[in-house]
Parts: sequence; structure tokens; C-alpha cells
Amino acid sequence: MKLERFYGILIPILSIILGMVVGAIVMLVGGYDPIAGFDQLFYGIFGEPYSIGETLRAAAPLIFAGLAVAFAFRTGLFNIGVEGQVLVGWMVAVWIGIAFDLPTAIHLPLALIGAGLAGALWAAIPGILKARFHVHEVITSIMMNYIALYVTNDILRHVIGIKNERTDSVKETASLASPFLQELTDFSRLHNGIFIAVIAALVFWFILWKTTLGYELRAVGFNKSAAEYAGMGVNKNIVLSFVISGVFAGLAGAMEGLGTFQNMTLNASFTGVGFDGIAVALLGANNPIGVVLAALLFAGLNIGGLSMQQIGIPPELIKIIIAFIIIFVASGYAIRLVIEKLTLKKSESKKLKGADK
Amino acid sequence: MEYVIEMLNIRKEFGSFVANDNITLQLRKGEIHALLGENGAGKSTLMNVLFGLYQPEAGEIRVRGEKVNITSPNVANDLGIGMVHQHFMLVQNFTVTENIILGAEPKSGLKIDRAAAREKVRQISEQYGLAVDPDAKIEDISVGMQQRVEILKTLYRGADILIFDEPSAVLTPQEIKELIQIMNRLIAEGKSIILITHKLKEIMEVADRCTTIRRGKYIGTVDIDETMTQSRLAEMMVGREVNFDAEYSKANPQELVLDIKNLVVKDGRGIKAVDGLNLDVRAGEIVGIAGIDGNGQTELIEAITGLRKAESGEIFLNNKSIKNLKPRKVTESGVGHIPQDRHKHGLVLDYSIGHNMVLQTYYQKPYSKAGIMNYNQVMEKAKTLIEKFDVRTPSPETFARALSGGNQQKAIIAREVDRSPDLLIAAQPTRGLDVGAIEFIHEQLVLEREKGRAVLLISFELEEILQVSDRIAVLYEGRTVAFLDPKETNEIELGFLMAGGKKEEVGRS
Amino acid sequence: MGFLEVLYIVVPIALAYSAPLIIAALGGIFSERSGVVNIALEGLMVMGAFTGIVSALTLSKMGLGAASPWVAMLVAIVVGAIFSLFLAVPAILFRADQTVLGVAINMLAVGLAIFLVRAFYGKGQTDSIPNRISKENVPFLSDIPVLKMFFANVYYTSYIAIILAFVAWFVVFKTPFGLRLRSVGEHPMAADTMGINVTKMRFIGVMISGGFGGLAGAVYATSISLNFSVTTILGQGFLAIAAMIFGKWNPLGAMAAALFFGFAQAISIIGQQLPLLDQIPQVYLLIAPYVLTILALAGVVGRADAPKAVGVPYIKGKR
Repeated sequence: MKLERFYGILIPILSIILGMVVGAIVMLVGGYDPIAGFDQLFYGIFGEPYSIGETLRAAAPLIFAGLAVAFAFRTGLFNIGVEGQVLVGWMVAVWIGIAFDLPTAIHLPLALIGAGLAGALWAAIPGILKARFHVHEVITSIMMNYIALYVTNDILRHVIGIKNERTDSVKETASLASPFLQELTDFSRLHNGIFIAVIAALVFWFILWKTTLGYELRAVGFNKSAAEYAGMGVNKNIVLSFVISGVFAGLAGAMEGLGTFQNMTLNASFTGVGFDGIAVALLGANNPIGVVLAALLFAGLNIGGLSMQQIGIPPELIKIIIAFIIIFVASGYAIRLVIEKLTLKKSESKKLKGADK
Repeated sequence: MEYVIEMLNIRKEFGSFVANDNITLQLRKGEIHALLGENGAGKSTLMNVLFGLYQPEAGEIRVRGEKVNITSPNVANDLGIGMVHQHFMLVQNFTVTENIILGAEPKSGLKIDRAAAREKVRQISEQYGLAVDPDAKIEDISVGMQQRVEILKTLYRGADILIFDEPSAVLTPQEIKELIQIMNRLIAEGKSIILITHKLKEIMEVADRCTTIRRGKYIGTVDIDETMTQSRLAEMMVGREVNFDAEYSKANPQELVLDIKNLVVKDGRGIKAVDGLNLDVRAGEIVGIAGIDGNGQTELIEAITGLRKAESGEIFLNNKSIKNLKPRKVTESGVGHIPQDRHKHGLVLDYSIGHNMVLQTYYQKPYSKAGIMNYNQVMEKAKTLIEKFDVRTPSPETFARALSGGNQQKAIIAREVDRSPDLLIAAQPTRGLDVGAIEFIHEQLVLEREKGRAVLLISFELEEILQVSDRIAVLYEGRTVAFLDPKETNEIELGFLMAGGKKEEVGRS
Repeated sequence: MGFLEVLYIVVPIALAYSAPLIIAALGGIFSERSGVVNIALEGLMVMGAFTGIVSALTLSKMGLGAASPWVAMLVAIVVGAIFSLFLAVPAILFRADQTVLGVAINMLAVGLAIFLVRAFYGKGQTDSIPNRISKENVPFLSDIPVLKMFFANVYYTSYIAIILAFVAWFVVFKTPFGLRLRSVGEHPMAADTMGINVTKMRFIGVMISGGFGGLAGAVYATSISLNFSVTTILGQGFLAIAAMIFGKWNPLGAMAAALFFGFAQAISIIGQQLPLLDQIPQVYLLIAPYVLTILALAGVVGRADAPKAVGVPYIKGKR
């Protein structure tokens, strides 16, 4: 078990390093100086209070998206539909934020709850289809992503109303914006959502490892048949897992709608938050602390990557690095094999040396 | 003496585990050579080495006197070695012909020449008396027929050395009889056969010689002739004298606990798998259900435990109907269940032993309160049970996966028995276990009976049924066709009844 | 404008939009029939579109003229097949989760393609290609009333896609190669014991898929978008996956589904300008393919069963 834990930490770290190495190679091939590139990248993350603020700002939705993917993974489900759930959560949050006049103490929680419920509802569909018809959730949730994309655009256009491709700003009473945090970080868009995200990570941990529901969900994730034999409602748990996952995803949308942007824009394509969430969950080993750390890393890379433009390096480099980190983490088996071969050779040669004496 | 196969001093390791340690097996031309050993003794590993699926670490293989290096199943095929796998290697949605020609397809132009393929399959099928429909889909034909397709696959490739891996495990007695005829026919046509099995009776019936291995080691090769007995073979297999007839104390049946009347249950395909079944089990007795796999055992258990819907009929537990209750309600009303497949149904292998001990009770006090788990209590409970039932595990925190099969089964029994259920259902409780663990489990079942519990034992091993039960119910096509006293019956009569043979209906005792 | 006139406009557009979907869906079939889930079709199409445009621009500059988009397609096939190794190697050799890989490859493709566009051209999108695949009137056939909707104003790539579907059907269901490919996706261990090299078959399946994906992207780019940017390929790969499922992993079924999805796309694009069709809210047409696929999977429109071993790494000697 100690060995498992060792690999559980080693593989993500090695994958990050290897991803960076690939990034350096791509820079070289593209004719850029990798040292200057990474220098700029790290400056872009840590160099100024503003960039730190932006990194934290970008981490909030990623933490939620990562938690969403990880929660479903823990029950043996792949919620690839976080992207769509983010969109509907974002839309409902903005909608509530615009449509009502309420005191903050009611308005903000209401907008957050609305976003969570919207995400939950959207996620419930693949969950129900899986539980009821045994349809693989990956395909249905991909389809639900596209449905979300077109339906939210349509509702933005025809129901909520847009000017210049975007909605009005949410009312102040529903906003997560924090003048204090903004001032602290040289007027970045950092908002109070980051605190909610950290609380969500705690809730994640509490549900899975402290409650009977968590005991059930993890049992279903490991072995559906045994859970069924033990009298747990497997179908109920599948739907529930998707719903809770969807709440996290919807809240990721609320981070953008009530925090970063304060509005919603027509989307020609996906936000990418949901897909990054898969990367975050994978790198974070579906563990709440891991998810938070991985979200901070990817947020940092995304924000730092933007500043690489200043020395002419396309920010898409970051996408390449993240993609390779995922590929390396997913290939953990191969990494393990290589390490085991290397250590085996070492111990064998040690043995031989011992025999010589 | 001419040998067609010689496997000499074979050694095969998996990491630090030695699956085959210096094993020798020599197959004469035209003989049926049994390879005997308990589950996990290394029989399958040895045969996979011969078939090219594994490479041995040491030793050599000779085929017809020549040293060979079998690096893949292709090489084995080319050498005329064919394997009839225990778990059939058949593509379910392909036809019989497609499965047989796969990898060696006759062609006309770019296309598969289906007509030629079908004709050849039909012709071989006829030559060996196999009677298989070349156009049927695998998913539509019986298990016995599927096995014949497996045999045909090897013959189509021109094999003259056939390996049968536990071929009778899945067959009905009638099908076993036919299989034996087929094997004899193959020998008559000049083939040689290695028969992997742990069934002593079969070896006595068909084999010419027998090689035994135990825990990966070679024990010896003997002729199967008049002087050979089953108990001598068993001794070789197990390594000590085996008491086939451990006598357990007499039962003392009390009040009715489980009472099933006219039960009808449909299987996954919508066919009535249990069809008007009657069964009763009293407190203080063990009722054994004898039957060939697929006669409704699984559906019966699932209906009692609430995992499958009963169409009609009644299931009473202590005079209260438990028909179509949710599994949890059934458990709570006093049913314990040792499931057939402990890895799939009995345990969550990635949970610790402690977690597994409360799989049905985690939501109750003291393991949880208002939806919040109390894992300290869970581990305390686990420690007590581990000690009481002698489960060999480093700690209750150890993953169930890390335990041996016998200890996993002990953990399940500990969990089920500890709830003091009125009815204990044990389905194939000793499958895949070594002799020591089997004895322990049988003792536990008897102990439960002594405590006044009703025990329902389902097993495909007639020896086990005859040895442990106080009363035997014979199951055939979803019905209990006879109730027998184990003292007054034998395997032959049971086998006859299990295969649908008629007997003066013995009244319910 | 009469009903027929509307069809004369809509059908050629539907055929145009269907072609890349058909080709990509065929790619998906080869991969999934061999047992490897291919969520990466989208990324493969991105690489194909990128390669197609960049090669077409370069070849035009070299003076290849009208032949340049066709040669560009061949280049895209090769690049797609090579790019698919990012899926094949980890999925087949390292037992990596195939869905996760697909997500990563889609991300990688967009990142890499745009990165290279910026590195090559110093801006986020390419110029338009000077020589495109153009609309043709098939001699004689395009003059026949009614029938001409299939033969006037069409791209030859649409016919190529349909022919490829028939070829793929023949390969998958009639040849020894197809039988082996399917056996590997249904029951790899059975195939292995019959001497079929599971690893090799899966590599071939995924790389064919890569070639088709690359071609699909290039067809879209050289006939419809004409340049390459981050928004060139937006979900066509996933639409192709939907077509593959809706067509039950059968090349002809997938073709029919792709034609239908192409039709829905055509209407959503030009429907606003046509009588009758402007009554249907665009959003219904846009989501129709996805909703239908979900319904198909739920068994409402006939059950769709995936190859049994799809997504499961094959580990020798493990049952």
C-alpha cells in the first residue's frame, strides 16, 4: 500500500516534468528559446500580484470542474459532460443574477443554488440513462454538451436577451466580486469564488469519506455487483453521483458568470473548463487536495502562458503541455514499468556485487 | 515408446511466484493423458506454456522427438497442437463457421470464401460425429455445442494433439457422456489427448495415464488400470490422505424457516428459469440443492435474496412473505448469503477487510449515526471477526484483494454468520479453494446448523452435496424433481435425476 | 420557390456537409471495431484540416494549381495516421484509459495546430487557399429534373465519401482482414489463441482511423471552410461519433446517419433563407443529431450495441 501511495505521487510529478520537457522541445522546434519561454511563463504566474490574482481566479472554476469529474470517477463513472453542465450553470446563475432584485444574503445564494441545480439537472440525464437503460455515460454526456451549447445560446438570444453578443451584467447583489481582493492583487479579476471552491473541496472529502452515502458511492464505484448484493441501490447511487457531480460543474459555471465575467457571452465553442476539469481530476488522482493543487497548476499555466505572447511564443503551447501531462498520467502503467525495471536492475546488480564479495 | 509431446523440467515464474517448478509431462501417441491437480496447482499455466501463450523460464519441449520453441499459439497450431479452452474462446456474435476459420480463412479473390469454409466445417463435423450447424450464431447454441465448436477449431487447423482444459466443468451428465464418446472417437482417428481435470471419476473412466502436480511441483505419473483407485489419485493430488466421508453429526430439524411454493422466476432473456418450484428448509438442517449449472440455481437464489423479481408463487421466511422485497429488506428479515462468485458479489476487493465486514450493516448503529460513518467502530468489529474466524490478514486495513481465496471466503462467512441469520444460503461456497479451506467451510455450515439455523447449500459438486446435506433437493429445469436422503442415495441416482431421469416422485419429507 | 427548388438548394449542401462526417465516422468504425474507443476523431479532423490547408497553400505556391487540394488530402491522410499514434501507443501498449486519451488528443490537436499556424504565419488563422475543391455539375445527370439535386452543384468529395463507405463495408464484413478486426474488438483473447496479433490489428485499426480522420478534416477544410483557424473544426468529430453509433458501427449505417446529420446541418445553415424551413427554430435542427443519438442509445430507435471489448486494454494471459 505504501508503494501505491509512492507511485500515486511520483507519477503525476514525473508527468508534469515530462510535459514541460515536451513543451521545451516544441518551443525549440518552433524556433523559440525554451529558457526564455519558461522564464516568462513563471514570471507570468508569480511575477506580480496581478498574475497571482488571475491564477487564483482561474483556479476557482477549475477546482469545481475537477471536483465534478473526480466525484463521478469515484463512483466509477466518467462525467465527460462537465463542459455542458458548466454552460447551463453559468447561464442560470447569470439569469438569476439579472432577473431579480433581492438583498445579497438571498440573491447570491439563490444564484449559486440555481447554477448548482441546473448543472445537476443536466448531469442527471446521462445518469438516469445509465441507470435505467445501461447506456454508456461517455457518449450521452458528450451529446449533452452539444445540446447545452446550442440550447444556452438560443436561450441567451431569445429569452434572456443580449446586446453585442453578451448579456447585461449581473446585479451587484448576486456578484462574487470582491473589491478587497481586487485591490490586493493589483486589480485582477479575483473574486470570492476561490473560497467557495476550497469549501467545496472539503465538502467533497466529507461526503466521500465520512458519510454512509460516500461509503455506498465508493462501493458502487469499485464493484457494482457486490454493492447490489449488499442491498445498496446501485441505480440510485449512479444517478446521485451524477447529480452531485453536476452540482460541482454548475458551480464552476457560476464562478465565471457571477465572478470572472459578471455576464454570459454567446459561445461559438466550448469554454474548455470542463475538459480541463478532466485533466485536473486525473492529475489530482481524484483526491480533493490533489484536485486543488492540479487546478492551481493548470490555472497558473494558462495565465502564465498568456504572458508568453509578449516574447512571441503562442499561448497554445500551454494546451500542448497540458495535453501531454494527461497522456503521461494516463500512461502511468508504462512509467511504473520503467521505474520497476530500473530499480530491479539496480537491486540485482547490488546482489551480484554482494555475491562477488 | 513413442512420445508425441515431451515437456521436460518446465519452470514458469510470475514475478516471485513459481507457478511451475520442474514439471515433466510425456504424452504417448494415441493415449488420453490426464493432468491432475487442485485449483491453482499450475495445470493451466503448464498448458499455456505448451500452447505458446507463456514462455517458460527453464526446461524444454519436444514435439514428436524434436526440440521446439513454441513462441506463440501460431507455432503451436503449426505443430498440430490444439487447445479446447475451459472458458470458450468464441466470439459470441460470430457464426460457428466464422469462429472456426478465424485466422485461417479460405479466400476467393479478396473475399472470404464462405461456401468453401462452410463445406469444410460440415465435413469435419461429420467425420468426428460432432453434428454442429455451421451457420448458427454462437450466442444461440448450447454450451455443449459451443464446446464442440472449440474442438472443431482445433481439427480445422489439422491438430492431432488436443488439450482439453476442464472440459466437463460446464456440461450436463448427458453432455459429458457424449464428450467421452467424442474423445474416444478422436483417439480412434489417431489423435492424442491431454485432459486437464480435477475430477477423479472422469480420469478413472477415460484416461490411460495420469500426471499429477501439486502447488506447482511434479508429483508423478501413473497408469490408470484396475489397480488404481480414486483415493490413491486424491492422495497424490492433495498430498495427504483424504477422508471422503467425513461424518457429521445428525440433524435435528425444527420449525419451518424457508418455505417456497410454486415459484416462477424469469432469467435475463425472459425465459422461465425457475418454473413452479417448491422447497422447504427447516431450522437445524442443511438442505443441499443438486443440479446441473443452468437449471435455475442462480435465479432461485436471486429471487430469495431480492435481487431478481419473482413472477409468481410465494417465498415465506418464518411465515412472513419476503417475495419481491428489496435485497436490504430481505437481509434485514434474517437471510445471510454466501454468494457464488466471491470476487464479483461477495466482496469489494478495493475496500479494506474492515470496510467489507459491514457491507450490509454500515448504515446501522454503531457503524454510523445520522448518515455519518464511525470507522473506528467498523474496525473494532472487523478485529473481533478476524480473530473469531481466523481470517489470515496482516490487519483489518488490508485490502480484500490482497487476501488468499480461502481467507476471503472466511471473511465473507464471518460477516454473514455474525448477523445470526435464520436462513443461510451458501452458493458454491468451496469453489476454487484448497482442501483445508473446504473442510473449514463445511464445518462452519454444520456449526450453523447446530445453532438451529436453516442452511441452504447450492453446489455443482455432488460429493459436497452428499457429504454435507441432511436432505437433498434435486433441481431440474427450474423445479425440484425429488427430495432424497443422502444416506439412501448415491451419485449415480442423483446424476440420473439431475439429467431429467424419472423416478417415482419421492414425497416431501 | 417550390418544394423541389428548395431541395435543389438543400441537397447539394447536405451532401457537402455529410462528406467529412461520413469519412470520419468510417474512421471511428475501424478504431472501435478493433476495440479502441476513439473520442479523438475531433482532434484527428483538426490535424487533417490544418494539414490540408497548410499543404494546399504550400502546394499552390509551388504551382500545383487545381491539383493542390487533392494532393493536400493525401498529405492529411498520412499526417492523420501518424498523429493517431498518440492514441494507439498509450492505449494499446500502455493500457491508458482511451477516453482520457481522446480528450487529451483533442486538446493537443487544437494546441499544436494553432501553435504551428502562429509559428508559420505569425497570426492565428491562415489565408484562404487559392485553389479549392469546387462544385461540379456531373455531365448529363445534372440536367435530369429531380435527379439533378444529387448531381448539380456537388463536390466530388461527396461521391468519394459514399464510395469509401461501400469499400469500408466490404472490408469490414467480407474480407479476412475485417473478420479479424472484428474478432479483436469482440473477444481479443479468442483472436489471440487463433494466432491473430491483437496488438498489430489494433494499431492498424487506429491508424486507419487516423487516416480517415485526417482526410475528413482536409475535405472539410478544402471544400467548405477554405482556411484554418481555431473554429474550423467545431464538433464535427463528435458528430461523426454520433453517426457511427447511430449507424450501429456499420459503415453503411454510419453513412446513412451522416447523410441525415448533414441534411440537418444544411437546413440549420440556410434554412433561414428558405420558405417553410424558416419556420423551424434553428436550435432544433442544431441539436437534432445529438438528441437522436441519445434516443438511439436508449433503445428508443433500435438498440445500438458497441463492440464488446471496446475500451478494454488487452492484457495477455488475463481472463
